[in-house]
Amino acid sequence: MILRSKDLIGLEDLSREEILTILEAAEAFRSIFDRPIRKVPIMRGRTVVNFFVEPSTRTRISFELAEKRLSADIVNFDASTSSLKKGETLRDTAENIQAMKIDMIVVRHSSPGAAAYLGRVLKASVINAGDGAHEHPTQGLLDMMTMRQRLGNLEGRKVTIIGDIAQSRVARSNIYGLTKLGAEVTVCGPPTMVPDAIARLGVKVEHDLRRAVADADVLNVLRIQLERHSQMVFPGNREYHLMFGVTEEVLRHTKPACFVMHPGPMNRDVEISSEVADGPRQVILEQVTNGVAVRMAVIYLLSGGDPRRLGGGARSAGRGED
Amino acid sequence: MEWNWKRIPAEYLVANVRLCRDGTLSERPGFLHVQKGRVEALGLGAPSREDLPVLDGGGLVCAPGLVDVHVHFREPGQEEKETIATGSRAAAAGGFTAVVTMPNTRPPVDDAPMVRYILDRAEETGLCRVFPTAAISKGQEGESLTEFGDLVKAGAVGFTDDGQPVMHGKLMQYALQYARMLGVPVTSHAEDATLAGKGVMHAGYWSTKLGLAGLPRLAEDVMVFRDVELARTTGGHLHVAHVSTRGTVEIIRRAREQGVHVTAEVTPHHLSLDHSCCRDFSPLFKMNPPLREQEDIEAVTQGLVDGVLDCIASDHAPHTAMEKELMFDQAPFGVVGLETALAVCHTHLVRTGKLGLGQLVERMSARAAATYGLPCGRLEEGGEADFLLFDPEEEWTVQPEALRSKSKNTPYGGQKLIGRVKATFLRGRSTYRDGD
Repeated sequence: MILRSKDLIGLEDLSREEILTILEAAEAFRSIFDRPIRKVPIMRGRTVVNFFVEPSTRTRISFELAEKRLSADIVNFDASTSSLKKGETLRDTAENIQAMKIDMIVVRHSSPGAAAYLGRVLKASVINAGDGAHEHPTQGLLDMMTMRQRLGNLEGRKVTIIGDIAQSRVARSNIYGLTKLGAEVTVCGPPTMVPDAIARLGVKVEHDLRRAVADADVLNVLRIQLERHSQMVFPGNREYHLMFGVTEEVLRHTKPACFVMHPGPMNRDVEISSEVADGPRQVILEQVTNGVAVRMAVIYLLSGGDPRRLGGGARSAGRGED
Repeated sequence: MEWNWKRIPAEYLVANVRLCRDGTLSERPGFLHVQKGRVEALGLGAPSREDLPVLDGGGLVCAPGLVDVHVHFREPGQEEKETIATGSRAAAAGGFTAVVTMPNTRPPVDDAPMVRYILDRAEETGLCRVFPTAAISKGQEGESLTEFGDLVKAGAVGFTDDGQPVMHGKLMQYALQYARMLGVPVTSHAEDATLAGKGVMHAGYWSTKLGLAGLPRLAEDVMVFRDVELARTTGGHLHVAHVSTRGTVEIIRRAREQGVHVTAEVTPHHLSLDHSCCRDFSPLFKMNPPLREQEDIEAVTQGLVDGVLDCIASDHAPHTAMEKELMFDQAPFGVVGLETALAVCHTHLVRTGKLGLGQLVERMSARAAATYGLPCGRLEEGGEADFLLFDPEEEWTVQPEALRSKSKNTPYGGQKLIGRVKATFLRGRSTYRDGD
């Protein structure tokens, strides 16, 4: 096995080498996208279930596209139409799905630990597509892929993550992955959204946005969901934009080459101004494209694929840098 | 005369045992003389009577029956988790001969007929003395007082809305004042609900790492502080349930030095496990208050050693396997504890040299009984023959499926413990025998 586990639960569990293997495979798949036919027969005859217990449009479409481009058979399973609403436990539902002989489950769930749990009870491979505020490993991977396309080796590079760190699975996966690749991570947000203990994951904490962006090579701007909180965690969207919104004015405090990422969907003029969202410094749509490639790579490698068979485009990207 | 476990006579001797009395364990062997459910005599050496049936204790420890002042037997209303009968069996298997039940049944114990119902069911089962507490507020809704006087007459030994805090300060003040007139404690499940929010585990490194909402120490500390001050002003007796933080120990320590009538208990799990146990998201480590940090374990242990915390109570909280199969954030709070309490504490406190076995037993019997003024927990001439035989050397591995409790939600499954209850006696009659 190229990856040690049959599952991808979080970037915390992956080694630096495993992360690099996935990212290199993703570059190979990315190169297919520029061909007239963007489909390869690698997963023909295998069945993947997209098991989304928490609603998601983008991540599900991205996975679905990745699966289709690998020629897998797909079943989509949404909470709104599922028996989970009728009181069935997660285990029962998952075991029922498995009994229909499937190869892989992509799971999105509001509870931290849900993907790890399914990984333990199921024989099928499990890919975590987001479990509560815990991890969102494919998002972390696609973020790193995008950064490496711009920066090459991430060793010593400075990444600033801005937003609601406490509630963000994207932040956690970024932190684990980036620190493994040697990047220096700073997290920035109001103290009500940045738990004290986050520093123990090996990141710097900064509450002043302008100071937090000063040295950064990349800003990763998280989606703010004030409606998810008790009303008291932050005064409101307007205040958030004033204090932590990434605007043209904020970008003037950065290095000229510093670029802006966002996992989507964006709240324009809350965490990011429209000017920045549409401006020359953002790479948001590249992230979306890379997302499909990363997910193809993860599915391929977890189903036993050999990265050495992925051809030239794959192996050259990023090689020698790390 | 030959000993027959199947037909235990009214009068017999337990010989060749190390007696545990008043906080000390005798090094030399002694005996216990039981007659009609009471202790006729006890002492060192060999018994003088030779005409009675003799149970040879084989050098085991003979201790007073243990008293657990915090259990949930779930009946009526949630019999799928536990009943008074199955809970009593679990108690006996853990060496307990008396328990104090919490009133958060469905419906809650908030009137006299409910108290009598529990006492009747316990009597039918006959494996354990059951002392019910009743709710502070009607329906445990935190709004108006229950009929304390009538409830005490029916047999309630104290009042608590355990499971949820009394957020209304004035209601808690009235409860302490009124209960003082009746000579019973008011037990605080100390948790500021607004600070606790939607927390599911201790707020700290692991909650941050796992992305689970945190229950801060502060939620406990500020509530204990409020209740201690209410006890000070009213002169009422406050009992603090399941102390879990360093801050709480310090607040209680100061209050006791100043003469406030406050007693407190700590659970075996808060003495032995920390929040890193939640790392695999297993709801078997989800309870409220949550498992905290090493410094809290040290503080509650020191509090117990110093006597700032009076006793150990299990907070035995059975939940079905299906409920504990839910995701961590959705599963109910609580673990079973009656059958592992003594062995866990023996392993973590006695074997580590923090307490003597005699001292541990006292904190699980006489001192526990004293918090609610219960007439049990001592091994003495003329007293009830409630006792247990304990092997402090036997090593065993906790097997959840072997538990007598209807629910198997122990956090100690697969763990090796040192010390095992070999037999339990209530009023001179056997209620449990290891291997039966």
